[in-house]
Amino acid sequence: MSKKATIEEAIAQVPNGATVMVGGFGSPGTPFSLLDELLRQGQTGLTLVKNDANEQGLGISRLIEAGQVDKLITTHIGLNKKIVEMMNDGSLQVSFFPQGILAEKIRTAGSGSFGFLTDIGLHSEITKPNDLIEWQGRKVKVESALYADVALIHAHQADLFGNLQYRATAMNFCPLMAMAADVVIAETPNLVTPGTIVPETVHTPSAFVTSVVKVDTSGNEYSLMEGRYEP
Amino acid sequence: MSLDRILTRAAQEIHDGQTVNLGIGLPTMLVNHLPPERDVMIHSENGILGSGAKATHETANPSLIDAGGTYITSRPGAAFFDSAVSFAMIRRSKLDLSVMGAFEVDQEGNLANWKIPGKFSPGIGGAMELAQKTRNILILCTHEDKHGNSKILKKCTLPLTAEKCVTRIITDMAVMDVTPDGLLLREIADGLTIEQVVQATDADLILGEEIGSF
Repeated sequence: MSKKATIEEAIAQVPNGATVMVGGFGSPGTPFSLLDELLRQGQTGLTLVKNDANEQGLGISRLIEAGQVDKLITTHIGLNKKIVEMMNDGSLQVSFFPQGILAEKIRTAGSGSFGFLTDIGLHSEITKPNDLIEWQGRKVKVESALYADVALIHAHQADLFGNLQYRATAMNFCPLMAMAADVVIAETPNLVTPGTIVPETVHTPSAFVTSVVKVDTSGNEYSLMEGRYEP
Repeated sequence: MSLDRILTRAAQEIHDGQTVNLGIGLPTMLVNHLPPERDVMIHSENGILGSGAKATHETANPSLIDAGGTYITSRPGAAFFDSAVSFAMIRRSKLDLSVMGAFEVDQEGNLANWKIPGKFSPGIGGAMELAQKTRNILILCTHEDKHGNSKILKKCTLPLTAEKCVTRIITDMAVMDVTPDGLLLREIADGLTIEQVVQATDADLILGEEIGSF
């Protein structure tokens, strides 16, 4: 029943051209170690789905800067000038969604459905006439579910079966992505024996998870970053 | 300092018992302007209801940030949740107030704060859902841009975040309310005259019977 894997064998499950969801809102929840291994193995032609682009030289930004990524599906990249530049010069294709709509597209896939109806942004430039339908007497927008081949997740604690627990605002997109991808790889600094995590407090049940990898989070990427305190 | 004036005045808009989202930038700086006894639940769209003050190096936790990426603390009674729940809370209009910045806002309450075509297009983030679904939208911005042009317009020119959503605007020069009749001037900053404020404003201002100062 153990899903424990080495980081090399876990990331070898990512093929070239895969759509890969990456947990995290800014740094919290970003699986930095899994991303470093993906950089090392060098898969290309990737489509990444993440709330943001991390910051230059960190997380998914490194994969994008290395040319491994063709397309980014995201909500906001304002904290990463390098990625804004790559979007503007055409070397990276970027698709933006309102943050809660991106979350709901992923959640919808994670619950095995194909789309949902919303009124967000109906009158804005993000909505094209073709997106609209008439439903129960009102105009609504159709948003399709967003599935992925792989999800890379950071969990505060995981057991060998793949039950996951997140910490504070490091939860963000992680539990949604863990349900929407075919192969789900979770990294954690705290890999525990089954039964350690109180069942009522499991955030992502093990059935969604393919592989768990124990990682060392003593490095800078996981630590407090300077310049992020009250100015 | 004009930003301090905006924040000090804006802190009076946040009342006990409210659930409030603070947008990235000037609005998130509000938490440190609230008196400690103010009993509010601050929502941050990255998955917390119940943020406390900004963290110091001693109190910071690498897993706990606000939507702008700054380390924060949590208050007693806080809850953490995923991004779908966070935006369910927003789209179901469970927030009493969203405090946001603006590039432009107009006298009908239209708001533009996410894109300047050709110059600035970092993405929508949570702005569109917050602006469209929160009951009250408070805008904090400087009255004029750095070229001296009014940000308070008759009609927005930039792509809109949401239509007719703004309820109140606080700038370094004035406090204004969006009403069915137009933009009502409520208060002016100490040291300014009504004429100076009207002069600096592109929008048509309705002058109330009593105009206070702040």
